[in-house]
Amino acid sequence: MYVATKGGERAIDAAHQWLAEERRGSPSVPELSIAQIREQMTLAVNRVMAEGSLYDPDLAALAIKQARGDLIEAIFLIRAYRTTLPRFGASAPVETGGMAITRRISATFKDAPGGQVLGPTFDYTHRLLDFKLMAEGAAQEAARKPADPEPAPHILSLLDRDGLMEPLAATDDTPRDLTREPLELPADRPLRLQALARGDEGFLLSLAYSTQRGYGRTHAFVGELRIGTCAVEMEIPELGFAVEIGEIELTECETVNQFTGSKTEPPQFTRGYGLVMGQSERKAISMSLVDRALRWEELGEENTGAPAQDTEFVLYHADNIQATGFLEHIKLPHYVDFQSELELIRKLRREAAGVQMREAAE
Amino acid sequence: MSSNDMNTRDRQTRMGLLARARPARLAALMPALPRHDWLRAPETGAVMVRGRIGATGGAFNLAEMSVTRCALKLDGGAVGHAYVQGRDKDHAARAAVIDALMQGPAAARIEADILAPLRADEENRRHARAEKAAATKVEFFTMVRGED
Repeated sequence: MYVATKGGERAIDAAHQWLAEERRGSPSVPELSIAQIREQMTLAVNRVMAEGSLYDPDLAALAIKQARGDLIEAIFLIRAYRTTLPRFGASAPVETGGMAITRRISATFKDAPGGQVLGPTFDYTHRLLDFKLMAEGAAQEAARKPADPEPAPHILSLLDRDGLMEPLAATDDTPRDLTREPLELPADRPLRLQALARGDEGFLLSLAYSTQRGYGRTHAFVGELRIGTCAVEMEIPELGFAVEIGEIELTECETVNQFTGSKTEPPQFTRGYGLVMGQSERKAISMSLVDRALRWEELGEENTGAPAQDTEFVLYHADNIQATGFLEHIKLPHYVDFQSELELIRKLRREAAGVQMREAAE
Repeated sequence: MSSNDMNTRDRQTRMGLLARARPARLAALMPALPRHDWLRAPETGAVMVRGRIGATGGAFNLAEMSVTRCALKLDGGAVGHAYVQGRDKDHAARAAVIDALMQGPAAARIEADILAPLRADEENRRHARAEKAAATKVEFFTMVRGED
């Protein structure tokens, strides 16, 4: 039986007022602007865009401000907003080969054409707190060198040429879209990649790490990791041709994995793929490891029962908004549910006590 | 290539440049808009951005981006369209006006006063990034091994 209860409106209003005051913090400290968050908390903005699944840096910055820096709450706000937007269409697949490169490294080929470009990386920093940042000061300016027009082709295409790499078929099939239809299994690779691209970074990191530690091992090397901007092009029906509707920053990771061959395939390298909006290499590498682990079936590998090989487990638990929604709902009023639990426990105890008394009397 | 194809190619390039332009910069270059009638008032929506498996394989849905579009008609009858990144309706309106003006006698003036500066801005941004990236390119050197 459901019993509707009312009340608490005034308490809720006051709680939200207090939330707004706490969000602002001490009025003696200047308020953060959206532009400051966008420009100086860029990687947080990137994470909110990637997992909120909407590329819009200003909105992501606003969501972070409104959520007091709680990134999952911010992602929730973006997910809620994007459901209000009409869908204009789908872009042509982005050509990451033509990316304007900020960073591009390979762990497999030292002398790849186009070179190893470190970009603005935390790698090789000493992870010591920089107390100079506590004082306001002018930022250091980046060094410059005349730009090199040498093209930077995808590094795995070099292995591809020698036939050592698992071939890819460039099909023009329309991929399934989990924002338009419920996520149902079996999930093909395009659908899995969509779910992983918007999945929780922490969850994917842990799963990817578990494969490295032996739970569904795939022996991954980072064949190439690249970060930069790509044009987004869409066919405009009323014009009858395609136009670029903007450009977005992307992080792409391609792994090279050992594969000893199967009944139908010769020994060769296989691929894992990660593509994430914004600058997020931890997520992109994690995604490509998990993508590869989920491919065990199509590659005829053994299912070792590892969590990262379990499509249902991975895809149904990767979304932090679904997860937090279900998790946090248990803190909301369940008074009536609990009342019945309480009565049940009391009844069981009475019965147990009755049995003991009878046994004692016998 | 026919002149029609050439026109389409130029228009595509121009619309891309306007879509990528910084809204504030475009507003500074074109503060006032000529009178126009909306064929489609500016509206913000989302476009699903797709990627390719392994960069060259089959397509998959990556995530959406915000886009604002509109279509309008100038007094002379020229029609302009715009699809621009983000949620700025004025940005879309300016892009559509420019698309329409570029089909008439004002084309040379618009090209010189608005499109050329936008192109230069973009070129500067790309150049600066490429130069910073080039400075972080690793130059390997091999230690000489002692051989005796």
